Amino acid sequence: MLALRDIHAYYAKSHILHGVTIDVGPGEVVGLLGRNGVGKSTTLKTICGLVRPAQGRVEFEGRDVTGWPPHRLPALGIAYVPEDRRIFRLLTVLENLRTGLDRPGVSEARRTELLEKVYHHFPVLRERRSQAGGTLSGGEQQMLAIARAMMLEPKIILLDEPTEGLMPRMVGQIREIIRVLHAEGVAILLVEQNVPLTLEVSSRVYIMEKGVVRHQAAASELRERHDVIRQYLGV
Amino acid sequence: MSVGLPLDQIAIQTVNGIVNGMILALVASGLTLIFGIMDVVNFAHGDLVMLGGFSGATALAVTGSFWIALLVAVITIALLGAALQASTLRPLLGRDPLTTILATFGMSLVLQKYAIWQWGPSARNLTAPITGQFSLFYLQYPWYRVATAALAAAIIGGLYAFLKYGRYGIWIRATTQDRLMAQAMGIPVPVVHTVVFAIGAGMAAASGVLFGPLGGVTQTMGADFTLRAFIVVVVGGMGNLGGSILASMFISLLEAYASLVVSPAQAVIVSFVALIVTLLFRPTGLFVPTPK
Repeated sequence: MLALRDIHAYYAKSHILHGVTIDVGPGEVVGLLGRNGVGKSTTLKTICGLVRPAQGRVEFEGRDVTGWPPHRLPALGIAYVPEDRRIFRLLTVLENLRTGLDRPGVSEARRTELLEKVYHHFPVLRERRSQAGGTLSGGEQQMLAIARAMMLEPKIILLDEPTEGLMPRMVGQIREIIRVLHAEGVAILLVEQNVPLTLEVSSRVYIMEKGVVRHQAAASELRERHDVIRQYLGV
Repeated sequence: MSVGLPLDQIAIQTVNGIVNGMILALVASGLTLIFGIMDVVNFAHGDLVMLGGFSGATALAVTGSFWIALLVAVITIALLGAALQASTLRPLLGRDPLTTILATFGMSLVLQKYAIWQWGPSARNLTAPITGQFSLFYLQYPWYRVATAALAAAIIGGLYAFLKYGRYGIWIRATTQDRLMAQAMGIPVPVVHTVVFAIGAGMAAASGVLFGPLGGVTQTMGADFTLRAFIVVVVGGMGNLGGSILASMFISLLEAYASLVVSPAQAVIVSFVALIVTLLFRPTGLFVPTPK
């Protein structure tokens, strides 16, 4: 469904991605592991159009979307949850959700249904729906960021380090929502530092180093390969 | 002036200050909205006021109705604003601020020269649609001035409601806060930018028409409006709509009171003092809590 082919990308003059090739099938949860600064976040930004690749192709459902303006990609079914959450701080929780909900062609009934779904999974968002996004705690902001992406009814969610800096209880909630999304058939490309979580929820895992994919394997296989984990991730 | 200021003069200047403040707020809120969302300081903003005044004068001559002229001017200049943004500013988005400042400055010169070419160098006067007066101490105060303030307040109120409750208002606020994330949520940011510029231009045109019967329309009036709106936007906090409206009132009242003591031309000095004091001590704006 999602295919990256030999992506090269630069930030200013520094060459960040040196030919990344990744595939994600429909409904598949795929992990993307690697140390800090190897280009995982840049890979996600390239997919959602926020970084324009200098070379290579991004294909979604067989369509070449390389260089498309970012605002056209959600309509295809690509949603992005950035590492720093990027909640609209001065918008209320509900208004944050509405940025994904106020699309053409969403019926009133469907809107209610989508809102009820995220309120069911994240009850705290219902409680705080009239509160400014910036007043939420880090964990709540993470939930809002994921809920906001869910408003787009995406086919794939690009999740950038959703558990970073969260308390264990919150990490549990993130794990749970990944399960729910997977059960609903939403594909997920998960960038994480949390190796056990990634190996638990993903079916396949890519390991990046210095801007390229060095290793790929089924998550079940990697769970036994402590040598590989140690070699690339140092844990 | 001798010792002690008579209360009646203070009352009159308060009304004057509020009326001028509302017209200024109409210009400044468009300017601050545009700055907030695009990081563009629009040095052609005053010229949109001027073009609004001229378009209004032309439409008034043709239709004979001030209110229709107001509407025609607002729509015309809003469309012009959209065209200017899409042609000149959209390609420059994200460039060095100096580039966009120079571009809007260039736009300002083009619009001024166009006005001379189209309407000639002489001033136009618009006839006020409301001619009644009421007694304010020793003065016969025109109702039109009060109506202007009320209408400006209504337009600003409408803008506020649009931003607060409408779907497009949420898009505008989201884009103002985080342009990239707004795009990632599917908000058509380039269109939002153009629409915001058009709204700002339309509001500027409305001030131009409303100001017409009070001060006349000349092709050089733009610079004065740009300058005053710019002071207000800085004093109110760049990009802060509420702050700009408060600052418009504040600056206009300050000038009105100052002109009790010195001549109105000298009273402008207090605005510059307010600008400098703000930049020195509260660079984020007078009405914004100091960021921690």
